Amino acid sequence: MATKALNRTSVAEFVLRTPAVGPALALLVAIVAFALTTDTFLRLDNLSLVVQQSLVVGTLALGQTLVILTAGIDLANAATAVLGTLLMAKLVLTGAPAPLALLTGLVVAAGIGAATGGIVTSLRLPPFIVTLGTLTIVTAVSRIYADGQSFPVTDGLLGFLGTRQYLFGQVEVTVGMGVALAMFLVLWYALTRTAWGKHVYAVGNDPEAARLSGIHVRRTVLSVYLVAGIVYGIAAWQALGRVPNADPNAFQTGNLDSITAVVLGGTSLFGGRGSVLGTLVGALIVSVLRSGLTQAGIDSLYQDVATGVLVILAVAVDRFSRRRQR
Amino acid sequence: MTREPVLAARKLVKRYGKVTAIDGADFDLLPGEVLAVVGDNGAGKSSLIKALSGALVPDSGQILVDGNPVRFHGPLDARRAGIETVYQDLALAPAQDIASNLFLGRERRRPGLLGRVFRMLDSGGMRAEAERVLGDLGVRVKSMQQPVETLSGGQRQGVAVARAAAFGTRVVIMDEPTAALGVAEAARVLDLIGRIRDRGLPVVLISHNMPHVFEIADRIHVHRLGKRVALVSPRERTMNEVVGLITGALRMGENGQLEEVSTVARTGLTTRP
Amino acid sequence: MGQRRPHRTTTRGLALLATGAMLLTGAACTSQKAASSGGDSGGKIKIGLVTKTDSNPYFVELRESAKAEADKSGAELIALAGKFDGDNDGQVAALENLVQQGVKAILVTPSNSTGILGAIKQARDKGILVIALDTRTDPESAVDATLATDNTEAGRLEGQYVKAALGDRPPAVIMLDGTPGGTVDQQRHDGFLQGIGLAEGAPQILGAEPTNGDQNKAQQAMENLLQRNSSVNAVYNINEPAARGGQAALQARGLTDGVVVGAIDGGCQGVRDVQAGKYAVTVMQFPKKMAEQGVQAGVEFARTGKKLSGFVNTGAVVITDKPVPGVDSKDTAWGLQNCWG
Ligand SMILES: Nc1ncnc2c1ncn2[C@@H]1O[C@H](COP(=O)(O)OP(=O)(O)OP(=O)(O)O)[C@@H](O)[C@H]1O
Ligand SMILES: [Mg+2]
Repeated sequence: MATKALNRTSVAEFVLRTPAVGPALALLVAIVAFALTTDTFLRLDNLSLVVQQSLVVGTLALGQTLVILTAGIDLANAATAVLGTLLMAKLVLTGAPAPLALLTGLVVAAGIGAATGGIVTSLRLPPFIVTLGTLTIVTAVSRIYADGQSFPVTDGLLGFLGTRQYLFGQVEVTVGMGVALAMFLVLWYALTRTAWGKHVYAVGNDPEAARLSGIHVRRTVLSVYLVAGIVYGIAAWQALGRVPNADPNAFQTGNLDSITAVVLGGTSLFGGRGSVLGTLVGALIVSVLRSGLTQAGIDSLYQDVATGVLVILAVAVDRFSRRRQR
Repeated sequence: MTREPVLAARKLVKRYGKVTAIDGADFDLLPGEVLAVVGDNGAGKSSLIKALSGALVPDSGQILVDGNPVRFHGPLDARRAGIETVYQDLALAPAQDIASNLFLGRERRRPGLLGRVFRMLDSGGMRAEAERVLGDLGVRVKSMQQPVETLSGGQRQGVAVARAAAFGTRVVIMDEPTAALGVAEAARVLDLIGRIRDRGLPVVLISHNMPHVFEIADRIHVHRLGKRVALVSPRERTMNEVVGLITGALRMGENGQLEEVSTVARTGLTTRP
Repeated sequence: MGQRRPHRTTTRGLALLATGAMLLTGAACTSQKAASSGGDSGGKIKIGLVTKTDSNPYFVELRESAKAEADKSGAELIALAGKFDGDNDGQVAALENLVQQGVKAILVTPSNSTGILGAIKQARDKGILVIALDTRTDPESAVDATLATDNTEAGRLEGQYVKAALGDRPPAVIMLDGTPGGTVDQQRHDGFLQGIGLAEGAPQILGAEPTNGDQNKAQQAMENLLQRNSSVNAVYNINEPAARGGQAALQARGLTDGVVVGAIDGGCQGVRDVQAGKYAVTVMQFPKKMAEQGVQAGVEFARTGKKLSGFVNTGAVVITDKPVPGVDSKDTAWGLQNCWG
């Protein structure tokens, strides 16, 4: 029948247009595989853990997604979040009220984002180089500020995102999960349902075409880095909810882990294509792999091998699908 | 010519390092006319219309809209003045769908609270409008949600032309809009240019296709080495004469007569100074 | 359509280099000049210190004690560090740098027991006294002397304590290890197994995961290991942050009762954790002693040419408020007076 052929092309188109479909399938395959090979993986409490373990890197990856959509890259995101955790925790320990400490952390993270965006747009430098610089600076500032210490978090507000609740007495959920979900929804809405989102994609897709179409390219890019900075600040809060201790040495590979999640989620490093939904899936893939392989008794070094192979596959798929369309 | 030009330029200059892309060019577009701009590759036609559409800021010279001097700092300024442009490389975002491209940079929001507070786009409305505009032009595509990169070259050009035609209120500029088109599609674009003129909008058409130019243009602006060297009527001049002006074999005399340049130049053995 | 614009091509190339970022930042080593005040350091004895990192409180203690001791004996201390644990490259650069600056003695905590032997040899060939602090080199004769905790001994003490605390319960152990390939990490791991009386790979070991001594990673590793098997009754930790992370995961599962958790380090935060009952025991080491004795040996060498040699054990002490028979220990009050950080 004629509709059959039509259906096939529209399915192919759907997959092309919705880059999150491939990663979602990969996630499903991984879950099914671990469900079959271990008897613990599919338990509700384990699934809840998988989500909790992906919260910090997942949040960093949401901000990273925005930057990568503009054909940029942010190497300083985890370092920014770490500085955020240090500020929040140390300020409270030195007697500042918790809401003020929290706000300071968020504002500083946003400020770092805005500064990065400002340098990228006004000096027209490649984001890779600029954020390599901010990574180095922010890490050093963190260490100077921490002075060799780590700071335990005792205050309720700072650890609030770690608060646990039980749904139906069974499923463990944390406030952090809710915050991550809300953040995802807001970003998804902004990217797909507002003019700002269309501009972000257009700028990453072809900056000159975007300029000629009357889009304020610089303003858009700057806003992306600013929003990303705020997201990293929230990642800092998430981190304190997970582990109530601010440590200048935490998340040393958080930047690369977040890029991994973004790429696994099908967002193109070349900009203009991808979605926060994909990133969510990508972050889950990483923690599903880690959890599942641990429970299958596989050495952690091999877990990294698996993740690395997936990253290369994801980039290859992106490359391949783009070449076909040229 | 007593009518005031809608869009004019005086002594525009634009340099890229050692290359002078616009070299003291003048330009005049009269109300309601189709003005063809012709010239060799690299003559500076695209640069000229980029200056007129705000895509580049000239080093010196003046641009006049309805006789009033203006300064365009970006494409948005020209657009606000009602000048719409189809750029030679189309300026489309390939990964985005047709409707998004048509409304790129001027997205429509939902009415009411959703639009004002939540800034929600009126995607359905924009899609319907896109469908109507493309339909008018006879650009056939499968769906408005198709990414532009999945379209053929001609379809893409159709989208870019439709965008300019739909939003232009004072001037429509088209830089080689038929370059990638088949005979039938090109004819439709020429047809559309005619209809835009009928709406009373003047059109600037850059083209290398002499038959097209002679078919549709009211006047021909000949561009050479970064400046206007002649402004002629297709009814008074032959294609050969225009080609001669383009290559520099002929030149416009003081009194509006065409005169031959030296034989060496006519054989095309010398290049630009 | 749409010509590629040069800057986009550059971005693409750079984006592919993303992985190189860590290498790039890692290559440079950080430097911290802890010279005592006063402009004319020309006549002073210069002593170099190279730690694994300069952010870990343990190494901060080492550096500050060394600086204090140097000030006391009128010497100048130049403190450098690797960028991260395992940064052999950065440490080699630091050693070379110190040789250039004409130091008389170098105190170094090698990230890896064999990773920087070449640079150490070059320094010694120039007549510089090189003393390993905290971590032994392999072979030990690669340096003039070693001032360190016997990490195998520290691990053994942790293991002996855990074994005694378990009593006649058969052990079911989870091991939160340090960095794969780290010398100290391996010594503590092996020592623990000796102390508790288990062979590597014994079925009583429910699982072992590297944590890099990071609280976050330790928590995650413990969560995942517990999903596989939650019948744990003993936990080995490479250090106190790992113990905190593992403890948080145990607590979330309500598994803290009857689980004996041990740690090593003796940082003040760790001693407070033991005091608060978060875990049973920590084995304290004494970075201050290492630093002081190291600087003294350097000054002595510069003045008299006498070289310190051999292995000097700076000791390891079990800190707990629940002493067990057969294992000597001190309580947390003593611990708080002698802790570092
Ligand atoms: N961005 C730029 N940088 C440097 N040189 C430029 C730039 N844009 C145009 N030029 C130069 O300016 C001159 C005029 O170019 P322009 O594109 O305006 O010519 P054109 O008449 O449109 O040619 P064609 O018919 O091939 O489209 C050329 O020599 C070109 O190389
Ligand atoms: Mg051109």
